Amino acid sequence: MTTDVAVEMITVVIDGFEVTVPKGTLIIRAAEKLGIQIPRFCDHPLLAPAGACRQCLVDVEINGRAFPKPQASCTIPVEPNMIVKTQLTSPVAEKAQKGIMELLLINHPLDCPVCDKGGECPLQNQAMSTGRTESRFTGVKRTFEKPVNISSQVLLDRERCVLCARCTRFSEQIAGDPFITLNERGALQQVGIYEKDPFNSYFSGNTVQICPVGALTGASYRFRARPFDLVSTPSACEHCAAGCALRTDVRRGKTLRRLAGDDASVNEEWNCDKGRWAFKYISSKERVTSPLVRGEDGELHEASWPEALAKAAAGLAGKRAGVLVGGRVTVEDAYGYSKFARVALGTNNIDFRSRPHTDEEAAFLASTAVSLQTTYTDIDKADHVVLVNFEPEDESPIVFLRVYKQVRKRSIAVTTVAPFASRGSEKLNATVVSSFDQVKNLTEKSVVLVGERAAEVPGLLSAIAAHTTAKIAWIPRRSGERGALHAGALGNLLPGGRPVSDASARVDIQSAWGVQSLPTDIGLSTSEILASLSTPGGLEAAVVGGVDPADISADALGQLLNTFVVSLEISHSAVTAIADVVLPVAAVTEKAGTFLDWEGRARNFDQAIEGALTRSDVRILSMIADEMKKPIALPSVTSAAKELASLGTWDGAKVSKPSVSSANKVSVSGNEAVLTSWRQLIDLGSLQAGEENLAGTARPTVAVISAKRADALGVKNGDHLKISTDRGSVTVPAQIAAISDESIWLPRNSQGSQTIVTFGAAEGCLVTVVKA
Amino acid sequence: MAYSSENLATMDSIIARYPRKRSAIMPLLHFVQAIEGYVTAEGIEVIAQKLELATAEVTAVSTFYTQYKSEPVGEYHVGVCINTLCAVMGGDEIYKSVSDHLGIGNDEVTKDGKVSLERIECNAACDFAPVVMVNWEFFDNQTPQSVKDLVDGARNGNPPAPTRGPKTLRTWKENSAVLAGISDGLAGEGVSAGEPSKLGLKLSKEGK
Amino acid sequence: MSKLKPVLSAHWDEADSFTLEGYRRNGGYAAVKKALDMEPDAVIQLIKDSGLRGRGGAGFPTGMKWGFIPQNDGKDHYLVVNADESEPGTCKDMPLLMANPHSLIEGIIIGSYAIRANYAFIYLRGEVVHVYRRVQKAIEDAYAAGLLGKNINGKGFDLELVLHAGAGAYICGEETALLDSLEGFRGQPRLRPPFPAIAGLYARPTVVNNVESIASVPAIVANGVEWFQAMGTEKSKGFTLYSLSGHVKNPGQFEAPLGITLRELLEMAGGIREGHTLKFWTPGGSSTPMFTQEHLDVPLDYEGVGAAGSMLGTKALQIFDETTCVVRAVLRWTEFYKHESCGKCTPCREGTWWLVQALKELEAGRGTSADLDKLLDIVDNIAGRSFCALADGAASPIVSSMKYFREEYQRHLDLGSCPFDPIASTLFAGARA
Repeated sequence: MTTDVAVEMITVVIDGFEVTVPKGTLIIRAAEKLGIQIPRFCDHPLLAPAGACRQCLVDVEINGRAFPKPQASCTIPVEPNMIVKTQLTSPVAEKAQKGIMELLLINHPLDCPVCDKGGECPLQNQAMSTGRTESRFTGVKRTFEKPVNISSQVLLDRERCVLCARCTRFSEQIAGDPFITLNERGALQQVGIYEKDPFNSYFSGNTVQICPVGALTGASYRFRARPFDLVSTPSACEHCAAGCALRTDVRRGKTLRRLAGDDASVNEEWNCDKGRWAFKYISSKERVTSPLVRGEDGELHEASWPEALAKAAAGLAGKRAGVLVGGRVTVEDAYGYSKFARVALGTNNIDFRSRPHTDEEAAFLASTAVSLQTTYTDIDKADHVVLVNFEPEDESPIVFLRVYKQVRKRSIAVTTVAPFASRGSEKLNATVVSSFDQVKNLTEKSVVLVGERAAEVPGLLSAIAAHTTAKIAWIPRRSGERGALHAGALGNLLPGGRPVSDASARVDIQSAWGVQSLPTDIGLSTSEILASLSTPGGLEAAVVGGVDPADISADALGQLLNTFVVSLEISHSAVTAIADVVLPVAAVTEKAGTFLDWEGRARNFDQAIEGALTRSDVRILSMIADEMKKPIALPSVTSAAKELASLGTWDGAKVSKPSVSSANKVSVSGNEAVLTSWRQLIDLGSLQAGEENLAGTARPTVAVISAKRADALGVKNGDHLKISTDRGSVTVPAQIAAISDESIWLPRNSQGSQTIVTFGAAEGCLVTVVKA
Repeated sequence: MAYSSENLATMDSIIARYPRKRSAIMPLLHFVQAIEGYVTAEGIEVIAQKLELATAEVTAVSTFYTQYKSEPVGEYHVGVCINTLCAVMGGDEIYKSVSDHLGIGNDEVTKDGKVSLERIECNAACDFAPVVMVNWEFFDNQTPQSVKDLVDGARNGNPPAPTRGPKTLRTWKENSAVLAGISDGLAGEGVSAGEPSKLGLKLSKEGK
Repeated sequence: MSKLKPVLSAHWDEADSFTLEGYRRNGGYAAVKKALDMEPDAVIQLIKDSGLRGRGGAGFPTGMKWGFIPQNDGKDHYLVVNADESEPGTCKDMPLLMANPHSLIEGIIIGSYAIRANYAFIYLRGEVVHVYRRVQKAIEDAYAAGLLGKNINGKGFDLELVLHAGAGAYICGEETALLDSLEGFRGQPRLRPPFPAIAGLYARPTVVNNVESIASVPAIVANGVEWFQAMGTEKSKGFTLYSLSGHVKNPGQFEAPLGITLRELLEMAGGIREGHTLKFWTPGGSSTPMFTQEHLDVPLDYEGVGAAGSMLGTKALQIFDETTCVVRAVLRWTEFYKHESCGKCTPCREGTWWLVQALKELEAGRGTSADLDKLLDIVDNIAGRSFCALADGAASPIVSSMKYFREEYQRHLDLGSCPFDPIASTLFAGARA
């Protein structure tokens, strides 16, 4: 990592060994560099020092003057001429540490045999290294009622707690959610919530992970396994484009838990609760376990792979077809779809966007987003972060944590182009503006984070594409979109950012693929493919990856009804129900692959679970292509990765930037309002199916209206509103906030408010709002 | 809704005393006790809203300090000092006898809601030991009998006056309001100083 | 010639000593006038030259503390008065504030002017409602008289003064815990550095001074350095309040030059109560190691008490006669520290929990002499290992009582019970029988 200023280095002596570390390094970490492990509980490298547990006491001397008492090595930065003696060389430090350990254990239940933490517990480990063999405490231990459900997802066993305050400091310092606090005092001090407000933080799972004892446990893992029975595999999160490193822990072929992995440049050591706790979909009863073929009777029947592949190939051969990839594919799978469309189907009709989208966006993606190189580090150094139709806490939580970190650390400015200040924006002290042209004070150190919803406002992406001062990043919600863009799973792009419209770009790919020609027409978009499929004389067949039609439009499913559909899916869905051939594909834990996070950074992962369903999309597509006698020659994930890498990226002329002008404001009258919405992190998303504990921590569904509208309707906070169009209605409690008088905000896909399903739209449509 | 618009305005005026509003949390908690007698859920929620804090943050503060009560106390809250000096000088006997007399223990309230009892730590009046505090007013040089009389008077609506304090003993809620900074105009009542406080002065005047 | 020197307490026998009128009648607020005509730095220098040391326990030179505040740094500065008087035995600041609140306010104006603070706070413990009333009224009257607020005395100096009630937490007497409490947090001590002089209240340069320290400032300004220096001993200058309590005939406040002895003070207090003898005493509150008969002639100044193995502390002289069980006394103090431990750090939180249980066993006569050694070893794992000094305070009575009275502990164990009659040590022992 490069730094702007040269860091002063300081040499200190620890236990007789010299070590040179940057100024500001704490003694405890300088010691680590020498391989000297000083025991600790409250210390955490990403939290401000607390000095609370006192386990890390060492003897310190500076310029020949010794501190009269041992010092907490987690709170003192190294200084020149400092000599440190840890437990290894100072009998005083050794006794101090043993004394603290004995005190920590006098009130600890020592229930390791029934504790989830047993086997991976810092207290257990350090009691072995630093403790006495027998306690001298013969008195009465502190007891508490146990466990306390501090949320539907997190349980607290207070008697195990060593009061290191890692959890409360994390919640306040890192997540900005001070919903758990230290309460009471002295020996009765304890972690707790306010009785009516549970610990519903999107990041609560991190507290379970950093708890150095078994005081905080996750409901879904509690009492399920012993750590030493688990097999751990490094993995990457499939939920959003933040790119979190994960660790997947599996026992006998079943994923039991997922933990945040360490990656200092991406997710540091954190992840969000969705990434941690939404994985049951993989082992759901709804999984497609065998190929299915629709018979003469109109029903789906289990079929052999050869039969199903043959049926798929026959149905696609010679047809005018489109490919809907979905936003959750790995880059290798996306490349498979991209090549399959061009080579096997002879078309550029391919689109990864299974969400509201426009041609303006396609031009933005191909001209601008595909080559953006803004990174997390740019956020770390930014003077001003601008959020454009992007709610990082809901749509890319780790991006939120990074921005929040700089807001706390350096009080950087944040501006959000949004209808109102969400809870996330409030935490960021963000200034709310209603359009991008109102954003002020952008410098070359500023970072503009553009969400996928920018596509929903005509002209907005044109304005972004034209911006030249600040660094721009495009942060889609889903994990596969940046990779799919890179792989050319879009109608106007070939792999490596090559414009379909550019003949030399096509020649590049033609020669690499060894094909005579590539289609030259710009492909149809998702909505155009769907429309064409339902139009006489239009497209005749579709290959559909992991797509939920309800994410695109209310009509999407219907548009797939009378056409030949090959569905590659992990679980039974609306698409499999109407498909002609269903081919089961591997879920993330069952295969290897790569996601490109929003930065474009590769996030590789290995197969975590051995099993039958190990075929990644790309392999299946390759088999269909073979059957069609139009081979794409991608028999494995590895081969796809190698081939894509060999193509390199395009450095020639790009697609023209979009130049769409902004639309006139919709005018409303009476009870009308303009709908605006986004998806909350924890909602009805299909990958969260079956996660009841997680769902319990979702933010409540509310309809946000202005005080003026509330007055006009005679409603207070919490009164119900009925929001309707001629397609349908929802009834939701009102929340009054500083939103424009013309607008109403609803969650896009939450319990009781699914705007696309109900209204056929997510943004910009007129609805009628009345008191329910 | 225990908080009238007048109460809410008072809370705003308390907040306005400080350069940063979070500093007002302690006087606001005293104020909540002035209105409701103890720290209620509603009180926590109102403070959280006023100070833009999470309710958990208010709870964390209210449970740290022993003067904030999570359960109702009596109209007259009797604190018997049982720190070493007062205990040795008779505080232990006083506590035992008044506890037996009222039939309540530490942190308990009489059935009529009039009197509650607390074992308190040193209250900075050691030269007046044994000391009893009622609604945080000084009752100096107490005996088991004087405290029995005190609580009997309190239950009959006729408590004796504090040794160093206003002419009449105010209720728990009234004194909580004072601690919130709402003046009751009684500063002028009572002695300047108790006799022991003046002992050195007296001796020096006598040339001793 | 009296050995006493009432300054702060000089007019406590006047019925209106606590009023603005009463204070002014005796020359009050003349020092403010004098100070505001000086340069702020000159005021700091004057207090430095006087040798005034903190009266809250630690004895840090007040002028030096003021001098640590970075000047002309463009930041807000704060003066915070620590009126959280809660150390067992300590009972000087409360009567001072009850009888003479304006001396504190005058000191605050001078101190704030010196350190260029335009906002000051008095953090008063919450369990003293009548003291709150007196201080609040004094502040109101000072505002009305133009002594607080904008353009004080027409000298262009602005000062806002806020009275803030604590709510029952001894730890808030620790200056960084006090600042956290004043900021609206749990009163738990802060990590240092940064020290309050650099980043105190609201992370701004802040001076935290004890009530008596600040209240002493007007007299020094009014009477001059020489006057102040003439009192006390070589390194402990000036006058101070000594508080005698317990088994003395006449307990009370004695304001005297630093360096007076307990023998002299006892004489003025009429001696130990009739028919009894001195057994042990604290020189400055329960956190200062206890003394015995043999320390009657120790000069009660910072150096003298220190040299004798204790600390001057708050000059809270708690006197116990031979009827008092030292184990019971120590247990009760230990229960106090357990009750007041903030919970932040392990040794204090868990250690006081354990010590109370251990001492209860010993008081009841259960255990062996090995348990006495164990007790000392537990203390050794607590003292000097904790986040702040509270746990060191908890260790003091145990270590010092074991030093002087180990045989009394042993007697409990030999007897299998406490050899003392608690009734015998009460004030009303005779009356009750």
